[in-house]
Amino acid sequence: MSVAQIHPAKPAPASVDARPMTPQARILSFMPRKPAEGSLARLPQLLRQLGESLLPPLITLAVLLAVWEVLCSSPTAPLPPPSRVLTESWQIIADPFYRGQGTDQGMFWQILASLQRVAIGYSLAAIAGIALGVLLGQSQWAMRGLDPIFQVLRTVPPLAWLPLSLAAFQDGAPSAIFVIFITAIWPVIINTAAGVRNIPQDYQNVARVLRLNGFEYFGRIMLPAAAPYIFTGLRIGVGLSWLAIVAAEMLIGGVGIGFFIWDAWNSSLISDIIVALIYVGVVGFFLDRLIALAGRLITRGTATA
Amino acid sequence: MAQHYLTLELVDKSFQRGGTKTEVLTQVSLGVAKGEFISIIGHSGCGKSTLLNIIAGLTPATSGVVFLEGKTVDAPGPDRAVVFQNHSLLPWLTVYENVALAVGKVFRRTKSRAEQHDWILHNLDLVQMGHARDKRPGEISGGMKQRVGIARALSMEPKVLLLDEPFGALDALTRAHLQDAVMEIHARLGNTMIMITHDVDEAVLLSDRIVMMTNGPAARIGEVLDVPIVRPRNRIELAGDRTYLKCREAVLKFLYERHRFVEAAE
Ligand SMILES: Nc1ncnc2c1ncn2[C@@H]1O[C@H](COP(=O)(O)OP(=O)(O)O)[C@@H](O)[C@H]1O
Ligand SMILES: [Mg+2]
Repeated sequence: MSVAQIHPAKPAPASVDARPMTPQARILSFMPRKPAEGSLARLPQLLRQLGESLLPPLITLAVLLAVWEVLCSSPTAPLPPPSRVLTESWQIIADPFYRGQGTDQGMFWQILASLQRVAIGYSLAAIAGIALGVLLGQSQWAMRGLDPIFQVLRTVPPLAWLPLSLAAFQDGAPSAIFVIFITAIWPVIINTAAGVRNIPQDYQNVARVLRLNGFEYFGRIMLPAAAPYIFTGLRIGVGLSWLAIVAAEMLIGGVGIGFFIWDAWNSSLISDIIVALIYVGVVGFFLDRLIALAGRLITRGTATA
Repeated sequence: MAQHYLTLELVDKSFQRGGTKTEVLTQVSLGVAKGEFISIIGHSGCGKSTLLNIIAGLTPATSGVVFLEGKTVDAPGPDRAVVFQNHSLLPWLTVYENVALAVGKVFRRTKSRAEQHDWILHNLDLVQMGHARDKRPGEISGGMKQRVGIARALSMEPKVLLLDEPFGALDALTRAHLQDAVMEIHARLGNTMIMITHDVDEAVLLSDRIVMMTNGPAARIGEVLDVPIVRPRNRIELAGDRTYLKCREAVLKFLYERHRFVEAAE
């Protein structure tokens, strides 16, 4: 996630002619050069576009791997070079669906266990976060009473909650889920509240003239109007969840990518750690993209007025 | 006091903000007959929108009352539909859905689904927007959005239609088209309409009476002008009409001689 996305950004100001969300506009921006005449003429251009977007990261990757290989090639190097990672960890790379005893599971199952914890904690955080955000956005008193407390609590690092939740739940599994929950909820609350506070007076007037009741107002006006903000919060939240789960699992143990990494460290399997890190990064990337995509689909009409 | 369809009685409005009180409207009294077309004209900032919002029930009056058909107005409702200055369509709904939201709410009990559907299309056709029913507000022009706003308001079958500078942001040609559309709808349906404008020609062309507001702060009704021109009215024929020119002159005189807008009056 880039730095720019971490801020609870306001959705782009609505303007009449800029419609970045429409499918046409997206296709156009994909081909910034002048539009070609026929589909045949467009094919090479599409290929070039593909090359322009894929080639640079591939080259960067190749260079990085090469540098790494060279730097760690000496037998006394503390970290293995990529070639050795491949050979040493070939077993876990080749068979992600391997099932063994206890925590001895393939990468797929490790990731799946972590994702399950994240899914539960994050869903709870999304629901509670949106509900609390709506409360904060709607009520001056809730805002005054709760906001200062939330502003303090949200700065507590995720792992600092773990001992407390272990004491409260007496068990690792719910504690890890609670850590995810408490990590992801703050950006959701804060962004939802901002979205609800920023609902234009015009929409509220429309609702009042139509005499929409609370439920109708919530579903027809508030949620769609605040959706771009809510999804900004949800996207930050999912990134933080994934950051927190790895750390939490290192401490609670059991199947999961976090404990897998810790276990590999204790067994001095540095290559396995590197493979796991790649998995963690790729999965985190896709989680972020997933929420971004959901947000784009759901708020398609909202950003254009 | 004579019974009018809509009555404003000694309406005052002041805003309290941080210890300072701004008088916006004082002693506004007005009776409107059923089916009448009233324009409210005045310099910007004098309190026209505030007055309209009081009639709509969106803003409470500080003192004074508004009666509609003998009942006190104290909350907004679909019997006083508003066409907002900046259309206020919900951008995440299509044109059809924007009108459907209003129709579904107002006629939930009295019209079947099929009847509601027909009624939505009927109102969109009334403003010639049936062709764009599946477009979103972001995909249509300003004039079209304003048409949909009018269709949405009309679809509520309001007792009074309130229009807040409905054509203010439009170019002259689109504006003329929409004025004709509103005149035609008024002739066809006989709605009671109250429209805010700062366009003298628009006021004279459309209104039965023109309410002229003095400058704020503490604006009041300065004068009410009758426009005794027969309907249907045609803008081209009226261009040289004696009565039209006299009305126009009266409004211009009021606005630019007796109540000239003083720049930076505050
Ligand atoms: N909610 C409000 N709080 C304080 N002052 C307001 C509010 N709404 C309007 N006003 C003031 O009332 C005056 C009239 O505003 P308005 O009715 O919008 O004027 P108009 O529509 O004639 O241009 C302005 O001076 C404006 O600043
Ligand atoms: Mg106004």
